[in-house]
Amino acid sequence: MTLTLIDLEDPDRRSTVVDPASPDVESALGWTRRPEGLCRHDVCVPVPDGVLDLAGVARALRRPLVVDEAAGVAALGASALARGEALSSGLAPDFALRDLAGREWTLSQFRGRKVVLYAYASW
Amino acid sequence: MWQALNEELAADGLTVITVALDKTPEDARPFIEAAAPTHPSLIDTEYLLADLYNMVNVPTVVWIDEAGAIVRPNDVQFVADTYSQMTGFTPDKPIAALRAWVHGEAPAFAGDVAAHQKLPDDTVQLARTHFGLAWWLAARGRGQEAEPHFVAAGELAPDDFTIRRGSMLIRGLDPAGPDFFAMVGAWVGSGHDYYLPLADLAPPPRR
Repeated sequence: MTLTLIDLEDPDRRSTVVDPASPDVESALGWTRRPEGLCRHDVCVPVPDGVLDLAGVARALRRPLVVDEAAGVAALGASALARGEALSSGLAPDFALRDLAGREWTLSQFRGRKVVLYAYASW
Repeated sequence: MWQALNEELAADGLTVITVALDKTPEDARPFIEAAAPTHPSLIDTEYLLADLYNMVNVPTVVWIDEAGAIVRPNDVQFVADTYSQMTGFTPDKPIAALRAWVHGEAPAFAGDVAAHQKLPDDTVQLARTHFGLAWWLAARGRGQEAEPHFVAAGELAPDDFTIRRGSMLIRGLDPAGPDFFAMVGAWVGSGHDYYLPLADLAPPPRR
């Protein structure tokens, strides 16, 4: 069995087809299995020895996982810990979003100015 | 209007960034074109901002200083009186406070910013994961498969209206009609507030 895995920490919502029994964390999620655990950039998360299944990866990364086998899809959300730490740091989380013309803007490009960030919706 | 405030205060160092949490850019287009903004007017079809900033309703406003620090955490502000009658929120206080902050006459928030920064817990992040999965399915025409995940998301995070109201249209419900008013009525009727503003600029409670 394989599942289409959606990485909700990825702003582009890239999805990868994985085997949930032994998901390729490197190509699916950008983490590398090393002796010290799952590593990305300079961060490593310890994991138990042996084969890691998708649920084990989610647990190790403390990220919420929703699996819908009937639909053949799974989603890995952002961890409350990571989001909470980012907000607790006091720095406004950076993002990149597009305008109607398709031009990309980031929050960080406005460093040096005061910013009002206003979220609304048409609904 | 944020466009007018941006124009008024840009020379004093303010940039307004508006972000529409919407299904497609086309849903937001009429609002953006009517406002004719000269500031960044962005579209967030994945509700990334709600996830990053733990936003649970719209409008949500965050004030950020020159160093990129949050100086006024998630707040509810209306700068036009279009919905004042319905919401009880009026623009006078937030506009005066914004001017004072930009002109260096008053802090953005007199309270402890960190203490008022609401942090997400595991349950709301699980709700957002169900929502993200449902959103992905619905965007691919798989609304029936999406539905149970929309329901699960709303049950896990009953106070998150970016999820509960934000998914109504795609589920065939009316986000500005009876379905919505029934939802808000039940929520308020069980002792909750629909809007959760910071106290300093908030209107007096109605109840």
